[in-house]
Formats: sequence, C-alpha cells, structure tokens
Amino acid sequence: MSTKLRITVVDADPERAHMIVDGLCEAGDFDVTVLGDETGLARKLAQLAPDVVLIDLANPSRDTLEQLSVASGANSRPVAMFVDRSDPDMTRAAIQAGLSAYVVDGLKKERIKPVIDAAITRFHMLSQMRSELNAAKAALAERKTIERAKGLLIQARGITEDQAYALLRKTAMDQGKKVGEVAQALVTAAELLK
Amino acid sequence: MKPRLTAGFIPLVDCAPLVVAHELGFAEREGFQLDLVKQPSWSAIRDMLALGHIEAAHMLSPMPVAMSLGLGGLAARVDVLMVLSANGNSMGVTPAIAERMRANGWSGDFNAPFETGKHLIEATGGEIRLGVPFPFSMHAELFYHWLGALGISSGEALDVRTIPPPRMAEAIGAGEIDAFCVGEPWGSLAVETGVAELVLPGSAIWAFAPEKVLAVRHEWCEENPDLTRRLMRAVHAASRWLGEAENRMVASELLARSDYLDLSDSIIDRALTWTIQPRMGQLGQHVENFQRFHGGAATFPWRSQGAWIATHIAARAGLSREEALEVARGCFRSDLYRANLTGTGADMPGASEKLEGALPRATPVASVRGEMILGPDAFFDGQVFDFGT
Repeated sequence: MSTKLRITVVDADPERAHMIVDGLCEAGDFDVTVLGDETGLARKLAQLAPDVVLIDLANPSRDTLEQLSVASGANSRPVAMFVDRSDPDMTRAAIQAGLSAYVVDGLKKERIKPVIDAAITRFHMLSQMRSELNAAKAALAERKTIERAKGLLIQARGITEDQAYALLRKTAMDQGKKVGEVAQALVTAAELLK
Repeated sequence: MKPRLTAGFIPLVDCAPLVVAHELGFAEREGFQLDLVKQPSWSAIRDMLALGHIEAAHMLSPMPVAMSLGLGGLAARVDVLMVLSANGNSMGVTPAIAERMRANGWSGDFNAPFETGKHLIEATGGEIRLGVPFPFSMHAELFYHWLGALGISSGEALDVRTIPPPRMAEAIGAGEIDAFCVGEPWGSLAVETGVAELVLPGSAIWAFAPEKVLAVRHEWCEENPDLTRRLMRAVHAASRWLGEAENRMVASELLARSDYLDLSDSIIDRALTWTIQPRMGQLGQHVENFQRFHGGAATFPWRSQGAWIATHIAARAGLSREEALEVARGCFRSDLYRANLTGTGADMPGASEKLEGALPRATPVASVRGEMILGPDAFFDGQVFDFGT
C-alpha cells in the first residue's frame, strides 16, 4: 500500500494542467505526469502505465481512452472507465465538473477518492475561471462595438457622442433589443455599405 | 407549456435529421421543443445519455448494443427508436500507400472492394494500422468484415486505433495510422488537405449498413411514451424531408452553420449529393446510396440489424452469443416504430427481421401499405446473416 498512485493528466494547455497538478499535490503524495501532446496517446499511456488517467470531458481524445477501457491486450492494463462504476454519485459529480477519470480496475476506492475529489475541486475552479474570462471578453467586445457604432453615428449625422449613445439606447428600447445588438447591426450594415 | 427534450449530437453530416427536425419546425409541429447540444466525443454523448443529462442521442449503431451489454464506460439499457442514416462512411489511405497500390497495378476504381482490399493488403504487407472513431462503431465492423473476408483477421495483423473524427486527418498526416474509416465530412476534409485518398465507400462493403441511430434510455421511453412518440414522428418527418433531392442545398446550408458543423457547405454537399471526390484534383464520383436518410426502409430499426451487431461484438468480447442476441433484439425497437409512426404515411415492412445481406439488388417486398422497395443490402463477399441459425 505504500506505493504511490501513478496519475496521468491529459491536457494540451500547460497552465491548466499545472493547476490540476497543484491541486493533486495538495491532496496527497502522488506520482503525477502531464501529457500535453495527444498524438499517439494510447501508446504513451501504455508506457506510463498510470493507475488513474484524468482528462477534460470536452476533450475529443477521450474516445481514444475508451479503446483502452475495452481492450484486453497483454500490454494494456484493464482501465475501468469513468471514475468508478460502483459509485454513481462520484461519477455524476465528476461529469458535472467536466472531468473524466479512468481508473485501472482493482484499485481500492479509498485510494482513488482523494484524487477524484481534488480533481473535481480544480475542475470547478477552472470552469468558473473559464466562464468569467469569457464574460470579460464578451463585455470587452461589446464595448468596442458600441464605440464603433457611436463613431459611425457621429460621422453620419453630425451629433455629439452623448447624443449618439442616446440614439442607440432609444433604438434598442424601441425594438426590444440590447444596445450591443443594435450597435452590432449598425456596424455590420456599415461594413456592407463600404 | 410545451414539453422540452434535449438531444446530443456529434458534428457529422448524418446528424442532419436532428438538425432539420429542430430548425425546420418538425419538432414544433409535433408540439415539443427539441434542443440540440453539440458533444465533443462519442464517450461524452454516451455518458450524458446514461446519466440523464440528455434525453436522446445521435449514436453509432453499435453503441446502444454495447451499452446494453454493459461494455465500456457507463453502461445503461439503451433503446434504438429508429435508424437516422444508412451508410455514409469511406475508407481512406495515405497518399504514399495509394501510390504503392497504383504501382502494383491497382486501377483506382472507387467501388471495387475485392481489388482495392487485395492491393491494400499487398501494399502494407498485411500489417495495417487502422483508425476508427470508436471501438463500437460500424466503421470498425466494416473494416473487420472487409479485411476479414480477404484473409486478414482482427487481433493479429490489424492494429485498430480509436481516433476522434475531427482528428482523423491529423492522425493519418502524422503517420499514426495507415488507413481510416470515417464519416463525412471528415473523409472529404482529409482529401482536401492532401493527407489521404479515399479508396472505398463503406456501402461497397455492406450495401445497406445502419450507421447512426436515434437512441434513448430504455427507462426514459417507458416513462415518456407520448414524448417518445412526438420525437420519433418529428425526426421521421425530417428524414423524409432530407430524402427529397431538391432539399439537399438547404440541408447543407443548415449543417454548415457554426452551431452544427461549422464548415463550408461545399464540403458537406458531397455526402448529401452522393458525389464523392476520392482524390485531390479529381472529379467527384457518383456513389449510389452513399448515405441514405429515407427510402428503402432506411429508418426502420430492423431487429436483425441489432442481432448482426451483437453477434460480432459478442464474438470479440467473449460474451455468450445467445445472451447478446437477446439483449440486442430488445434494443432495436421496431415495435415502437410501428406503433408510433402509424398514421404518418410512413411505409413499413411487413416483417421486423430480415436476412441481412440477402438482397443483391432493389427488391419489392410486402409492406403495411402494400409493397415497398428494399435494398440492395448485400455484403461484398456474398455473406448472408441469418441470426436464427
């Protein structure tokens, strides 16, 4: 029981992979390897022979791991599948966090649990960061579009910046749309008329 | 309030019946809202379905059988409500292998399974690394059948690897595999990027192979008979719409949108118009029945199709054939198809089982409305599958 669990994290994004590795290191003493390049994934995993493989649910390379979970060849150890068949709650929690975990058959549940728990926590953090980043990006893009639309109005109608914004806002209210949408429509139309 | 139903799909041309049912109002007409969610992988779609995150799924025809048999990943009893498409795959090889095949006298005929198979085996020395999208897929079954009939049995010489369809071109380009079987548009994209040549349509191996199916959890359809019925009727109406030649252009425009395939419609057109361009710079070739959404009972879930799949999966997984047959015949819900599509004008065959591979050419058979045309459904080697024996 003293042998360390060997964990492989499959993720092409090094920063994200490191966050997961950090989380795992806090949770226990594991032997963690990161696979960034997904070409020849099956062969590399056969060499590493991990006890647990962690991969993003949205990673299309997951299907390659499925092959390992059904193959019974001599050099491929039986990989059990998604988390642990006997623990549907853990499976559900992992999937909701966007995590898929492949566990080699025969590993004791107590040994896997801290790994999965730590990974789930990290995946939750990551998905929150991802959505915050997306929201920030979207807000930035919208502001830029509104600026451009205002510019177009100022030029075309000879009005002030405040008047231009007021016009956008009024149009949006009249049409039941967002200011950003009206601005986007104006910018698109202007592109077409160029 | 209108009932809602979420279906998962993988970006492939054959997700079209679901896209059309949603976009063109067939679902609405049946009084429910069909929400579609794009999934990154077949295992993701399987897990989403098994855990109830989605109600219905676009699936590879062997997946519900494998899941119901408890093989691989999250197992669940899954039913096939109907077939979404027949055929639609092609086999591709690296340009280097195609060159070697040509140097050895291969004619380059796109529809010659014996000749092409023989040359492929010769050019690779019989040791072939094959890429397929999933362990339980018609792609893998077609390879096993094709090369098996030509003397290469699975296990020893065949190194079958699972590679997600959007990565197939990259994998063959990087030299990870020698050949692949993949659904459209991914085969055509590999041709466009110059990393592969298509050498054989899947239909040349089995003339009428069930490719994708509409799958739901068994318990879900037992508990939601009304919604199951509406879903089937909407998707069947969409399939019928897709079967009309004049609708193909609209269909490829719909599929090209970023919500679905996010690709140019000229690539998608190839599968829909049955005009496949095997090689860069070559003209497109007509392939009869390349991909069928309607006609010839294309959407009918034959119990014998489930049995064919189960027999092959069971043999490789070391399961009892009888038990596997029992499970798989229960999966393919021809009973629900009959019950739920009656009154829609859908014609259906008189029987729910047939000898798979027995029709070398289109043949009229008895149907509910009188007579319908089935097939051809032959295997290239003339094999006939009768699960009763």
